[in-house]
Amino acid sequence: MIEQETRQQEEVDTPWQVVVHNDPINLMTYVTMVFQKVFGFSREKAEKHMLEVHQQGRSIVWSGLRERAELYVQQLQGYLLLATLERIN
Amino acid sequence: MDIRREGDTLEISELDPFLAELLRQIPDSTKPEGAEAAHARLFCLPADPAEKELCAEWKLYVEPELRRLFHSATETVLTDLQALNGQSKPFANCTLRIPTKNAEAWLNALNQARLVIASKYGFSEGELGDHYRSPIGSRRDLSLFQINFYGFLQEFILHEMQK
Repeated sequence: MIEQETRQQEEVDTPWQVVVHNDPINLMTYVTMVFQKVFGFSREKAEKHMLEVHQQGRSIVWSGLRERAELYVQQLQGYLLLATLERIN
Repeated sequence: MDIRREGDTLEISELDPFLAELLRQIPDSTKPEGAEAAHARLFCLPADPAEKELCAEWKLYVEPELRRLFHSATETVLTDLQALNGQSKPFANCTLRIPTKNAEAWLNALNQARLVIASKYGFSEGELGDHYRSPIGSRRDLSLFQINFYGFLQEFILHEMQK
């Protein structure tokens, strides 16, 4: 029982990251706008992440608790960006 | 074709019948039915498939929300497009007015359409970057033109909304 509770607590505490993946369809200006809207990034920061996605194939745009990460991924997918969440090991 | 902002409206005038028809096709082009790749792109997994519980919950609770969001954007576009029907004589140029409050819905529907068309035809990154391919000699060429035309509209809407 204690072991199970510990596992559940670890699950809750594990940090997650939100990753946006490259996609040849989404316009660079559109991706920048979405980052500004969803995360409230400055234009410079949004462009930096957009270029990271474009040039490196992915960019970690946020990290923290799972519930919030899920919400961000839902918002990003609502804008049709290729976004996923990953555990930070 | 002329495109500009007039107060709270984005106006696309001098639309020739061919481009007007491409605009009319936006709602239908957002439908991924019959193309598994297109459906998978619109409703992609939120995490590695190994995260089985997370992916299953996503499909159950989040996917219907996304479906509603996409449908709502497409319905808004469909309503705005109705102004194109019966507006003028056949083969005459026409004008489309998009209220700026609907700009996000247009961006979303145009993106859905571009993603679905690209998935259905499996365009390579090289083809998608080739904006000057001509003439249009096949359905595939026309679809690529459609993707680029919708992308041009997205750029215009974004540019005007950021002013």
